Amino acid sequence: MAEETTNPPPAETPAAPKAAPTAKPASPASAGAKPAAAKPAAAKPAGHAAPKGPPLATLTPELVQLQQQFGESVITPAPYVGVLVNDPSKLRDVMTYVRDQLGFDMLANATAVDYIKEGYIEVVYHPQRSKGGQPITLKVRVPRGNDPVAPTEVAVPSLTPIYAGAEFQEREIYDMYGVRFEGHPDLRRILTWEGFYGWPLRKDWHEPYYEGDTKPFDSRWPGGHHELAEERVPWADNVNYPPGFDPLNFNANPDAGLYDTMISGVPGVEEIASNGHAQRSPQFKGVGAAVPVLDRNYNNLADEEELQTDQIIVNMGPQHPSTHGVLRMVVKLDGETVTDLKLVLGYLHRNHEKIGERNTWLHNIPYTDRLDYICGIANELGYVITVEKMMGIKPTERAEYLRVIMTELTRIESHFWAIGFLLNDLGAFYTPALYFITERDLILDLFESVTGSRLMCNYMRFGGVSRDLTEDQLMHARQLAFDRIPRKIDELEQLLTDNEIIKARTIGVGYLPADRSINYSLTGPCLRAAGVPYDIRRVDPYSIYDRFDFEIPVFYGADVYDRYRVRVAEMRQSLRIVQQALNQLDQTKPGDIQAGKKAYNHRVPAGEAYGRVETPKGELGFYLVSDGGQNPYRYHVRSSSFINLNSLKEMTVGHKVADAVVILGSLDIVLGEVDR
Amino acid sequence: MAELTNANAPEGFQNDPRVPDELKNNVFITSLDKIYNWGRKRSVWPMLFGLACCAIEMIATAASRHDLSRFGWELMRASPRQADLMIVSGTVTKKMIPQIVRLYNQMPEPRYVIAMGACATAGGPFKEGYNVVSGVDKFIPVDVYITGCPPRPEALLHSFIKLQEKIEKQSLRNVPWYQKGEEDVVPIPVLGPDLVDLRRAQEIREKAAQAAPTQEQPAA
Ligand code: SF4
Repeated sequence: MAEETTNPPPAETPAAPKAAPTAKPASPASAGAKPAAAKPAAAKPAGHAAPKGPPLATLTPELVQLQQQFGESVITPAPYVGVLVNDPSKLRDVMTYVRDQLGFDMLANATAVDYIKEGYIEVVYHPQRSKGGQPITLKVRVPRGNDPVAPTEVAVPSLTPIYAGAEFQEREIYDMYGVRFEGHPDLRRILTWEGFYGWPLRKDWHEPYYEGDTKPFDSRWPGGHHELAEERVPWADNVNYPPGFDPLNFNANPDAGLYDTMISGVPGVEEIASNGHAQRSPQFKGVGAAVPVLDRNYNNLADEEELQTDQIIVNMGPQHPSTHGVLRMVVKLDGETVTDLKLVLGYLHRNHEKIGERNTWLHNIPYTDRLDYICGIANELGYVITVEKMMGIKPTERAEYLRVIMTELTRIESHFWAIGFLLNDLGAFYTPALYFITERDLILDLFESVTGSRLMCNYMRFGGVSRDLTEDQLMHARQLAFDRIPRKIDELEQLLTDNEIIKARTIGVGYLPADRSINYSLTGPCLRAAGVPYDIRRVDPYSIYDRFDFEIPVFYGADVYDRYRVRVAEMRQSLRIVQQALNQLDQTKPGDIQAGKKAYNHRVPAGEAYGRVETPKGELGFYLVSDGGQNPYRYHVRSSSFINLNSLKEMTVGHKVADAVVILGSLDIVLGEVDR
Repeated sequence: MAELTNANAPEGFQNDPRVPDELKNNVFITSLDKIYNWGRKRSVWPMLFGLACCAIEMIATAASRHDLSRFGWELMRASPRQADLMIVSGTVTKKMIPQIVRLYNQMPEPRYVIAMGACATAGGPFKEGYNVVSGVDKFIPVDVYITGCPPRPEALLHSFIKLQEKIEKQSLRNVPWYQKGEEDVVPIPVLGPDLVDLRRAQEIREKAAQAAPTQEQPAA
């Protein structure tokens, strides 16, 4: 699998290699093939100033095939990327064809864009193949209503029967744009609450502290007059009510509909629950079967009849020590067994996307740090390469290496954290985590000395990075990569991998087989623990990952134990990458960390792009639309934590409630990225 | 509190016949305030409660390098009933504030609040966001604010020292929780079309009746 995907077919990746020639027509065509460090730098200013960016996506053979199949109902509007399904009622047919005939079995991303001038909202889908390659883009349009509260009149067919991973994404689109999805099993608001006034990401919806459409705000120019936000709004606060709202007399029900589907019983759940456990992974060999206490089925203990219990609904969170932040899990319990589970998200919804659409392009880099705050630098890379793709610039050689070193260190650091807190969830409270936090702190020391901050590094720039590593810092990095961390990973494995308690509690728990994982668009270590060698660094390489010798660790248990093992193995692979990168760094020119001039204002050519990277949690994608100005017209974050959470229910139902905590821990979510 | 030894014990007490011999050198005289605060300030139990990125630094503060235990504060409790201190470590959103206020009300007095980081202090980088509360002090009283995004662990430790200083200065005679009268309970805000602060219900109603909302506010 790995060999098959190492070299992407060049025709399908218009991004990096072809970028330079297109941006600067005069440059020789040979500039594309592994150029010397100076060459792309020379091409850069031209690319930057050129009015048109590189073609972001061409009509791939799949799209051509799709058009032949569906004829008139699938069209390609000229300046746009991808194809448009111009009859929404055909969407399901098209998507079924895309999944079954073309092999795009994962829905990488679904989002929407409000084209207010044209009067429609465009729903954008990015299906992709779990075998690798680039995603394709499909769109449908629905007329946007102008009613601030009512959802759109025309509904889009829900894709949940085709891609299970669409569920949360469609709910998010509904929540943010008011697009209705027909046939969705549970179409409620997800990030805000039921009863929220308006559709926040529509362009004509303004937040209470609204000051202007784009930053920098006029009122903030030197000499201009600036009022405090509190003084500008009538409520003197960050709130906004519909006219005539009476706060003493209204019906508040932020959880409307939440318990409905749970109480009525969800189809399929009963039978899984009735035999006391979910599907076992094939790897499950009954560890501890000889020890009666560890026989988790309790088969011979009593007659099932005698143990009849009532079902109760329990809220875990949003303030709960094991929910990894402000996540709320609503579980239906039969005794100790989880028979249903719902998630309530949005307790950390910080309006990342709305703020991102007001910010300038550069402004957004520090914000991406705050998405998945365990591994800030990895998020920055995702954003930066997407914008670079649109601008058609390429970072310098040294910057590429520094990026790789830093992001891979982040991966190690993030996995340390994930494993430490997985043990927390298993009941080994804090002591194991202390060991890993100690190692993590050493990596953070390097980040801090280079970037000035431990977590929020703000390190990447378009076309480069903000700082080079000094000799001392390189020494520190070498010491970590060649000596300290390898030793510590060995130690970690000695302590944990064969630990009997860990095995007894994790093997076979949270099983989700490969086909279901793919259908749920699960990405990251969780997918690789289910036997799918899907890692964007390999299947759709970005930056300079194609130069390094590393493996994609894959395990086949699809359970918590293998998710743990994948993470450990990945840390070793990341170390390999860091070591190679550190060794090759000498061949680059010190200080050459920024292509072109440093700039505060970037104009990004009109167009759109979907760029993605493999963060420690999975696929982090950025869907950006530019109208040629200083600010993104649309700024969407496809967050892996958010989409991975979709599958939590299926993993958990049938297990004990104590395992629910462990399964959540094995997903390794970060709420900043879930709720954005 | 200064160390009291036999040598610096107040005159007269060394030979006080009321103090039996075996207790000599073991009796210290101090004020009730001092001994009470001395005990309190070294056993503040924070609530295990993280909101966002700042919580990561809070956890790092509790880990071995920065070691919160040195202050006697390492016992983080998951239940508000057992906690004295709420470290609001992260962005306070409108969806979350009802829970925060509820947790605050559930904490027994004396209780303290540290607003950790820019977000908890004033909204931080996300202040303009429609789901963000501009600082937790709009709803619950805050004792110590820390700047930073996120504050370094040292800054959090500093805030502990500051809070200890504050506790030291309190006197039993006038601390609010021993006063007569109603307990000061913050009404839990409600999620309606937007966050409704019930303390301001009357004002909101009047303004909503006469003014159109900022929805149509012209661009600057
Ligand atoms: S202050 Fe900064 S680090 Fe802290 S929660 Fe807010 S954004 Fe995150």
